[in-house]
Amino acid sequence: MHSFGYRANALLTFAITILALMCGIASFSDNFNSPSPTAQVQVLNINWFQKKPDGDDEVSLTLNVSANLESLFTWNTKQVFVFLAAEYETPKNSMNQVSLWDGIISSKEHSKFRIHTTNKYRFVDQGSNLRGKDFNLTLHWHVMPKTGKMFVDNIVMSGFRLPKAYR
Amino acid sequence: MDWQGQKLAEQLMQLMLVLSAAVGFITGYVLGSFQTMLLIYAAGVVLTSLITIPNWPCFNRHPLNWLEPSVAEKYPKPQPSANSGPKKKASKK
Repeated sequence: MHSFGYRANALLTFAITILALMCGIASFSDNFNSPSPTAQVQVLNINWFQKKPDGDDEVSLTLNVSANLESLFTWNTKQVFVFLAAEYETPKNSMNQVSLWDGIISSKEHSKFRIHTTNKYRFVDQGSNLRGKDFNLTLHWHVMPKTGKMFVDNIVMSGFRLPKAYR
Repeated sequence: MDWQGQKLAEQLMQLMLVLSAAVGFITGYVLGSFQTMLLIYAAGVVLTSLITIPNWPCFNRHPLNWLEPSVAEKYPKPQPSANSGPKKKASKK
């Protein structure tokens, strides 16, 4: 503390160290939030279901996705990234996960939503295994913090089946 | 600043920064606003730097008593020698 510069340096480094600690504690406080989100998905229509020239199956769906993700937001949440994935099993892969739709929710006010859409991303299989296939539609979310740890979770909705023949 | 002033300034700096962090965090947490926490803390940092960095008179209350030049000349400074061993005592008159 001998000179102006010495004191200024000591103050700045201490202030930044304390700021890092505050951010750590803020991130830790997210653990006390016990979220209770809900979601529901309906497949309204199979628009078309074909085998592509390269041999892979592709299907186009119209979906109705509704969810209430309000309880995921804390004071330390910057945004929530949400995506809907079709999950199923094939002889070649024990888990296939194909993302059909995603979105970014930037505030609590927008986190209770209902959308009616065709799949944003193409539902293509590695191969020709989709006829008559049972699949789950799982809504995944990543709660992205302003500082610290990101929380990831999902809701599995099962009971969907693709038609036995191409259309 | 004198030695006592330096100690006071350092302790004051540490205390004020921790306090403004605590006040900021609790206020931000209760209000649910991360930005509020950062603003209160930033204000606290600025206030602390205004109080503890400049050479205010209150930090100079215990100035060091340097010797008068006329008295100091009676005691010559020790001269460093080529093969200096242990400390030499300065000769006192």
